[in-house]
Amino acid sequence: MMATIKVHGSPYSTATMRVTATLCEKQLEFELLYINVRNGDHKKEPFLSHNPFGQVPAFEDGDLKLFESRAITQYINHEYADKGTKLTISESKKMAIMWMWSEVESLHFDQAASKLVWELGIKPLFGAPLDPKIVEENEAKLDSILSVYEKRLSESKYLGGECFTLVDLHHLPSLHYLMKSQIKKLFESRPYVSAWVADITARPAWAKVIAMIPN
Amino acid sequence: MATPPPAVKVYGPALSTAVSRVLACLNEKDIPFQLIPLNMSKGEHKNPHFLKIHPFGQVPAFQDDHISLFESRAICRYVCEKHGGEKGNKQLYGTNPLAKASIDQWLEAEGQSFNPPSSTLVFQLAFAPRMKIKQDEGAIRQNKEKLKKVLDVYDKRLAETRYLAGDEFTLADLSHLPNIHYLVSSSDHEDTAALFTSERENVSRWWTEISTRQSWKNVIDLYPKP
Repeated sequence: MMATIKVHGSPYSTATMRVTATLCEKQLEFELLYINVRNGDHKKEPFLSHNPFGQVPAFEDGDLKLFESRAITQYINHEYADKGTKLTISESKKMAIMWMWSEVESLHFDQAASKLVWELGIKPLFGAPLDPKIVEENEAKLDSILSVYEKRLSESKYLGGECFTLVDLHHLPSLHYLMKSQIKKLFESRPYVSAWVADITARPAWAKVIAMIPN
Repeated sequence: MATPPPAVKVYGPALSTAVSRVLACLNEKDIPFQLIPLNMSKGEHKNPHFLKIHPFGQVPAFQDDHISLFESRAICRYVCEKHGGEKGNKQLYGTNPLAKASIDQWLEAEGQSFNPPSSTLVFQLAFAPRMKIKQDEGAIRQNKEKLKKVLDVYDKRLAETRYLAGDEFTLADLSHLPNIHYLVSSSDHEDTAALFTSERENVSRWWTEISTRQSWKNVIDLYPKP
C-alpha cells in the first residue's frame, strides 16, 4: 500500500530530520522525496508550491500539505496519538510548560545552534570556508543558554517535563552536528546537559534517522 | 460587593512587543488580567526574584492559577487551549486538528522568518532613537531586504486566503500585530510603513483588517502617551 505520508526534504537537513525523527518515533510509514538543496532545488518550482519560503522540509498526508518542521511534528503527534511513542504531555498545565520549553528551543537554542551547524557542520560538506566571527558570537550565546538548560535539567528529567517529548526531539538534529564539533565541550562540561544529550541521542528511532544520511 | 482582582497576571511593560502579543490574545479571549509593570531601564527584569519566573530575564512572564509561564507564543497557545471553546474568539487557535496545523504552520513562519528581521527593525527604528542609541544603517538596510522577501510570500498567500492560516482571524495573524504596529507608526520612516500600507495590495488589506480589531486597539490604549 502506498504511504499517504510524504516528506519532501534532504536526509541531512536539520529541519527535515526533525520530521523524520518524529515519524520514526511514531512508527509510521512514509516516503522521503529527495530535494537537492545543494543544487538550490528548494528555491525553485515545483518545490516552492509546497513551501513558498523555499525551505525544506515540506510535508503531505493525504490532502493535507504543511511546511515548518515544528508545525509538522505537532500535527503528526496529534493525529497519530495512538501510535508509537507518546511525544507530548496531556495534562494542560504540564503541556503548557512543555510548550514554553518548545519555544525556548525554537527561538533561543536554535537561533544560535543553527548558525553553528551551518558553519561547522554543513559548510565543510560543501567545501565552503567558515566565518570565525559568527562561530565566536554564537558559541557565546549558546553557552549562556546551556547554563539555563543545566539548571532546568537538574530539576526535570527531560527539558519539557518528566518524559521524552517533542521538545527534546527537536534538539536532536542540531546536536548530531554540534557534538561532532568543537562546540561539544559546552555540552560535555555540564553534567545534567551531558546526561540528557547521551540519553536522547541513544534512542533507537534516532539511529534510524542517522542511518538515512548518505555517506 | 468588591470583585476580586483577576487571577491572570502578566509581567512587563505594555509597550513591549512580546507583552503586547499576550495582551492581544487575552483580549480576543475576553479574559481579564492584571498587568504588572516592570521597569526595564532600572533592570527589574534581571533581579533574582523575577529570574525565578523567567530564567532568561525577558518579558513577558505570565501567571494563572498556579502556573508560571514565559515565551509569548507558548502563553498564547496555553490561553487558547485552556479557554478554547468557551470564551471570546473560539476560532483563534482552530476548532479541529487541520485548522490548528495551518495556524501552527503560520505561527512558526512568523517566529522563524518574520520576527527576526522585523524585530531588528523595530529596535532600530522605534526604540534606538528613544534610548539615544545610534541607529545601524547597515542593519536597517539588510533587514528591510529580508523583510521584503517574507512579505512577497505573504502577499501571494493573502491573495488566496483572507487571513494567513485560512479565512478566519487566528493566532497566526495576531502574532504579527506588535512588530508591524511599530514599523507602521515610526515617524520619519514612511518607506517602512509603506511595506504594510501600500506596496503590496493583499498585505495592506490584511494589515488594515487585523489592526482595526477592538482587541488590538485596547492594547495600544495601554501604551504610554508620547
